[in-house]
Amino acid sequence: MATPKPRVKVPKKASKGEVITIKTLISHPMESGQRKDKKSGELIPRQIINKFTCEFNGQMVFSCDMDPAVSANPYMEFNAKVTESGTFKFTWVDDDGSVYETENKIAVE
Amino acid sequence: MAKTYKSIALFSALLMGTGAALAGGPVDDKLVIDGEMEIQTRVAAPEGHPFDEIISGWHYRTEETRALEADSFQNPGMLYVERGEEIWNTVDGDAGKSCASCHEDAGEFLKGLGASYPKWNADAGKPFNIELQINQCREKNMQAKPYKFDAADQKALTTYIKHQSIGMPVEVDLTQGDMQAWWDKGKELYYTRTGQLNLACASCHEDYNGKYIRADHLSQGNVNGFPTYRLKQSEMVSLHNRFRGCIRDTRAEFPAAFSDDLMALEVYVTWRGSGLGVETPAVRQ
Ligand code: HEC
Ligand code: HEC
Repeated sequence: MATPKPRVKVPKKASKGEVITIKTLISHPMESGQRKDKKSGELIPRQIINKFTCEFNGQMVFSCDMDPAVSANPYMEFNAKVTESGTFKFTWVDDDGSVYETENKIAVE
Repeated sequence: MAKTYKSIALFSALLMGTGAALAGGPVDDKLVIDGEMEIQTRVAAPEGHPFDEIISGWHYRTEETRALEADSFQNPGMLYVERGEEIWNTVDGDAGKSCASCHEDAGEFLKGLGASYPKWNADAGKPFNIELQINQCREKNMQAKPYKFDAADQKALTTYIKHQSIGMPVEVDLTQGDMQAWWDKGKELYYTRTGQLNLACASCHEDYNGKYIRADHLSQGNVNGFPTYRLKQSEMVSLHNRFRGCIRDTRAEFPAAFSDDLMALEVYVTWRGSGLGVETPAVRQ
C-alpha cells in the first residue's frame, strides 16, 4: 500500500460568522477484511481508516467513526461556522495505528 | 452447463433492450469540471463515421458517478495525477535522470500531447501509445527498466501525462507512416465477432449502445477518459486492461497488452472518439 495522502480544501478567507464548506479526502484502500486473496484463498486482513476528526484552534468541530463498508479513498464534506482566524487540524486514524495529519489556516475578517 | 446458462442470461439481458424500468440512452447533461472548464462530451461525427454524434461514456453513467468526475477534488483519479507528477520528477535508472531532466517545461511539453496519441513511431515501425513511449524513454534515455504492463507507476505516469491535455480534442493523425493500415486492421477487428458469445465490439457498443447488459449501461465505448478511475476496482484502469476485459466478456482468448491487435484497436477506437475532449482521469462505474 502506498503511503496514504490526505487532501483538504478549506477557503483561505471568510467573513465573521460565515458558514464554510470543508472537503477532505485521503488516499487509502479501505481493505474491508471480508475479501479473499484470489491466489491463496486466505482472507485479506482488514485495514481501514477507522476515525476522522477535525479541530479548529484545538476545539473539536467534526468527528466520525468509519466502518469497513466505506469505500476506498474516503471523502468527507461538512460545514463549519467560523468566527475567528485560526487553524483547522485534520486527523485520520488507521487500523495499523498510523495517524495522518494535515493543517489549514483560515483568515476571518 | 453453467456456461450455457450464463450466456443465455447475457443474451436475454441484451435483448430485453429498453424496458420502462431500464430506459436507456445518454443523459442530457454538461460536464463542467469545478464549475469552470466545460469538456466536449458530444460532438458531430466526421464523414464515414458509424454514428451521427459521438458521445462520451460520461453521459451513460449515473448522476453520482458523473458528479464525481465534475469535481476534481472528489475525483479519486486526481490522486494518481499527483502521484504521476512525483514520478515525472524522480530520478530513476543508470543514467541518473528523471523525465523532467530532459523535458524541462512539463506544462509546455505535455500540453496537447496526450490528445494526439496513439502516434506513429518511425523507428519502431508501429503506432505508439503513451505507455510505450514512456517505456522507450525509460530504456533508451534513462537506462531504467521498462514498466511491466499495468504497473502502478505506469498507470499513474500515463494518467498524469494524459491529464495535461484535459479538455483538448482527441485527434489522431492517420497520415503519418502506416497509420491508415493500422486503422484498417483495427476496424476489421472491431467488427469481428469473437468468443463463445460470438460478439464483436460493434455488437455491444454500436448495435446495443444505450441499452443495458446486466446492470451495465452500454456506451459507445470511447477512450477519451483513459486511464479511467473505476469505482468497481477502486483503481485506475488502463485502456488495454479495459479492451482485454471487454474481449474476455465475449468468452474469447484475449491478446496481450500492446500487441499489434490491441494497438490497431487503439488507433481505430481513438479515431471513433475524434473531437471529444480528453477527460483523464474519467470516473466510471
Ligand atoms: C535523456 C533524455 C530523456 C529522458 C530522461 C526522457 N526523455 Fe522523453 N524523449 C527524449 C527524446 C530525445 C525524445 C524524442 C525521440 C524519442 O522518442 O526517443 C523523447 C520523446 C518523448 C515523448 C514523445 C513526444 C512526442 O512529441 O510525442 C514523450 C511523451 C516522452 N519523451 C516522455 C518521457 C517520459 C514520461 C520520461 C520519463 C519516464 C522521459 N520522456 C524521459 C528524451 C528523454
Ligand atoms: C459483451 C458486450 C461488450 C463487448 C463485446 C465489448 N464491450 Fe466494451 N464495454 C462493455 C461494457 C458493459 C462497458 C462498460 C459500460 C460502457 O461504457 O459501455 C464497456 C466499456 C468499454 C470502454 C470504456 C468506455 C468508457 O467510457 O470508459 C471501451 C473503450 C470499450 N468498452 C471498448 C471495447 C472494444 C474495443 C471492444 C471490442 C474489442 C469491446 N469494448 C467489446 C461491453 C462490451
